Amino acid sequence: MLEAAWLIPALPLAGFVALVLVGRRLGEPLAGWLATSVMAGSFLATLTVFVGLVAEPAEERFFIQKIFTWVPSGSFSVDIGFLVDPLSITMCLFITGIGTLIHLYSVGYMHGDPNFSKFFLYLNLFAASMLLLVLGDNLLVTFLGWEGVGACSYFLISFWFTDEANASAGKKAFVTNRIGDFGYMIGMFLLFNAIGSIRYADILTSAEAGAISTGFATAIVLVFMLAAAGKSAQIPLFVWLPDAMAGPTPVSALIHAATMVTSGIYLLTRLNPVLAIAEPWSTNVVAWIGALTALVAALAAIGQTDIKKVLAYSTVSQLGYMFLAVGLGGYIPAIFHMVTHAFFKALLFLGSGSVIHGVHDEQDMRRMGGLARFMPITAGTFIIGWLAIAGVPPFAGFWSKDEILLYAWNEPGLNGKLLWAIGLLTALLTAFYMTRQVILTFFGRVRFFDAHQDEIDAAFGQRVVAAETQAAEAETAVASAREAVEKAEADVAKRSEAIDKAAADLTSAREALEAGDPADEKAYGKLTKAVDKAEKAGPKAEDALAKAQAKLADAVGAATEATQAAGALRAQIDKVAAQRADAPAVPDHVTAFTPAPDVEAFEEHLPESYHKRREYHPHESPWTMTLPLIVLAGLSIVGGGLNLPFTSDLHFLGHWLEPALFGNEAHGSATAATKVMLAVIAVAVGVVAIVSAFAVYLRGKADPAKIERDELGMAIHYDKGLAAFMGGPGRSLFDGFALFDKGVVDGAVNGVATGVRQLGQGLRVLQPGFVRQYALGLVGGVVVVVAALVLRLFA
Amino acid sequence: MIITETWYLVLSAALFSIGTAGLLSRRNPLVMFMCVELMLNAVNLTFVAFSNALDDLAGYTAVFFVLVVAAAEVVVGLSIVVALLRRQPSASVDDFSELKG
Amino acid sequence: MVDLIVFVVSAAIILGGGLGVVLFRNPVHNALSLIASFFGVAILFILQNAQFLAFVQVVVYAGAIVVLFLFVIMLLGVDRDEVIDDDALPGQKAAGLAAGAAMFVLLCAGLFLSGPGGDDGAVALTGGRSEVAPKVEPDPTDTEADSVTVQLARDLFTRNLLAFEATGLLLTIATIGAVVLVRNRGAEDLVVDEPGTATR
Repeated sequence: MLEAAWLIPALPLAGFVALVLVGRRLGEPLAGWLATSVMAGSFLATLTVFVGLVAEPAEERFFIQKIFTWVPSGSFSVDIGFLVDPLSITMCLFITGIGTLIHLYSVGYMHGDPNFSKFFLYLNLFAASMLLLVLGDNLLVTFLGWEGVGACSYFLISFWFTDEANASAGKKAFVTNRIGDFGYMIGMFLLFNAIGSIRYADILTSAEAGAISTGFATAIVLVFMLAAAGKSAQIPLFVWLPDAMAGPTPVSALIHAATMVTSGIYLLTRLNPVLAIAEPWSTNVVAWIGALTALVAALAAIGQTDIKKVLAYSTVSQLGYMFLAVGLGGYIPAIFHMVTHAFFKALLFLGSGSVIHGVHDEQDMRRMGGLARFMPITAGTFIIGWLAIAGVPPFAGFWSKDEILLYAWNEPGLNGKLLWAIGLLTALLTAFYMTRQVILTFFGRVRFFDAHQDEIDAAFGQRVVAAETQAAEAETAVASAREAVEKAEADVAKRSEAIDKAAADLTSAREALEAGDPADEKAYGKLTKAVDKAEKAGPKAEDALAKAQAKLADAVGAATEATQAAGALRAQIDKVAAQRADAPAVPDHVTAFTPAPDVEAFEEHLPESYHKRREYHPHESPWTMTLPLIVLAGLSIVGGGLNLPFTSDLHFLGHWLEPALFGNEAHGSATAATKVMLAVIAVAVGVVAIVSAFAVYLRGKADPAKIERDELGMAIHYDKGLAAFMGGPGRSLFDGFALFDKGVVDGAVNGVATGVRQLGQGLRVLQPGFVRQYALGLVGGVVVVVAALVLRLFA
Repeated sequence: MIITETWYLVLSAALFSIGTAGLLSRRNPLVMFMCVELMLNAVNLTFVAFSNALDDLAGYTAVFFVLVVAAAEVVVGLSIVVALLRRQPSASVDDFSELKG
Repeated sequence: MVDLIVFVVSAAIILGGGLGVVLFRNPVHNALSLIASFFGVAILFILQNAQFLAFVQVVVYAGAIVVLFLFVIMLLGVDRDEVIDDDALPGQKAAGLAAGAAMFVLLCAGLFLSGPGGDDGAVALTGGRSEVAPKVEPDPTDTEADSVTVQLARDLFTRNLLAFEATGLLLTIATIGAVVLVRNRGAEDLVVDEPGTATR
């Protein structure tokens, strides 16, 4: 039965190959079903191997299946081989089990995506790589899987790569992981240097035989911790994981919660013989990195508004717990927590994906609320996940987290108590931010239909612009009306002058008539005519004046009207501005019952997106998505049963894993009373956190703005600080390297090239292109050789 | 008078030298080819002479392979010559010096 | 004595043919001289107990290769005298003759300096006798075992089988190569070199 081990990674790999070849032709949903069924087959193969392994006696549960020799190179030889032991099979069980559920879920989630089959192709390749990682019987095969999952993570994060942000998130994850890979390779080289082999079996025997010096072991632990920090998103390399939420949600669940990110913990657990002989301070470094990451990430999670980012930081934080446990020698609680975390974090991620799916790709929790009534299954399962991660008994998270805290407490001295305190504080924060998330998402008022701030701004912005355009038009009209008035006034003045002139003309004509001699008939008649003409001019001028005056009156009327219209528009602008000032702003920090912004006054002016949303109905997801949720919820409830603390008989997982740990597991000496006390404290802390979160977010007893500080939302400026450092001193350092590269390295290379080129220029003369000359050269050479042979006969 | 292999060797040296001189002095590619064949024959003669004198089969085998390789060489070489002379029927080998450095 | 006469006559044919190849101006005459030379070599092969090789020499060299030469000469219509003037490489002819002469003198010097004939000459020019394939011991049950042709065949198909197969492959490749090289690829490739069109 153990021989079926090779099937475990081979099946997803075959699925990958099949999808590469015919994926596009299969299309939706066949490609998805194919990928899901090969994962289910892989799960069945894992179960078979598991059953076979259980049948073996505990000490002999260590089985190596060699497929072929990969790198035969002198004394260095690497096989493609699989190591089947309780640790790798435990990993395989939840990778394939949860992987199958997530594949199933993706069939529903990726519905309608143009690259449907490509997505499943990546998922299958990812699963194959991950299984290779955990099943590899030496560090190189594990590294193969390690790089494979890294590459798939990159592909999947930037799956919707047309969006710039997604593409750069993928790059960020890739580059950050490279730093960790550097550590991995150095570690591999160190181990080979120390014992001449990179097979786990040899590492174990050498470590037990004392062939690895303490110094070497310490260095190896530290560089592998760097590798693990990269893959498992720990300080200082955790920045990529929150950004990785750009990928589709099933990917977040599969890669960034359940499987890939746990490979760092797996690696350190696998190397437990080396950890056991390293200086204690180096494993303490591991524990402290884990504890600090747990705390920092939990703080950052409180400030997030994106439903997935909360879960991302939560993942970082929970991984920190596992490193804390590994650093203290608590491999069993670490793996225990890894398993339960895989259950409930996959559940939470898939639940959030279902929410996002149901509310039309909205990810901001401030715009959710009250969704429980629309999607009861998602809400119910999500709440189970919440209770599990918050550490409420008897859900899975309580048992595993408590175990880790117990290990910290058992650690002697202040060191252990400090680690315990940090762990407890993280537990408090975890319960708080998860409660916040559940309340904001599922309870309270439905904020989904509320107007967004940008929509409100857009509504006003448009109206103000429109009114201002009209006002400007009106003012132009006023100006032109005023001009007309002035023109009419000038006309009136001109006409008045004309009247005066006509009167003066009449007077002078009359005078001339009186002075004139009537005897002179001809001249007299002329004068009489002039008088008549002058008399007629007067009334004509008066008519014109009257007309001009009427025109003036009209123009003045028009000007007054235009001024009034402009004034009215101005008033309207003022009104809109006033309305805008009065308009309710959407708060940055909300509680469950934060009232909706009152947009009734200007509702018709809101942009189309708002009205469309009003007609949208949040809905429950299809069965392919809810079924995995229900299964995972069940596992999250009973997962704690894997390793109950009450009696030794109930340490199922502990007894199962023991053969893979070679007695390197730390054993505490806590009494039952201590255990109960610690459990009570942990539960009390969790309850306090939940109650206070209820008080803040449901009852509104405190202003959430005071809790969700900006620096928390930005992960305590870690990302920004890193960017500033890399942009400033880091940049100049790299510029220096570049200068060195250009001057010395390139200089040497280019110098050689220049020398060769000049030599070639010189040698060109010898290549005239005439075949006969070459032949002559050849024959000349032959003659010389024969001459040398003949001369040898004399000697 | 017994004909030792020295006679053969001197004869083949003479034939080889004639071929060499022809290869170097003629400009017609076809004739140069023939000169190469002359040189190959000289070598074949040497092989057979040694083989006979040393009572050893290897020389015969070598001659056989030389024959086969010469046939292949002539086929390819003549097709190159045909391709060249098609472009420029009156060419001598000196007209093809595009590959000069 | 007969051997001597045969040797002298065939040596004369060989050298005369060789000189004809080099000295005649007309390519057809060159090819005919070449045939003569090949026939001479074939006679000497028989004289040295290599009947099979003599046979192959006549069939392949004289029969196939030289006919191929003649065929190409006729196909291309280059059966006219070589132009002697404007040699692009002045002194090449003299250098060629000198190199040929030097080669002959040196080879003969090597031959005679290394001793009075016999195996020593061979030793001088081959640098000593190394591992060689001994002639197969005659098998008393095999009546044809003493034939050189049979021995050659056995040697070819056992010790040198891989080389034999490789030459078969080589011939196939040469055939395909010849077809590819001389295939008429349409008019646009048949560019006659004219002033100004040389660089294209």
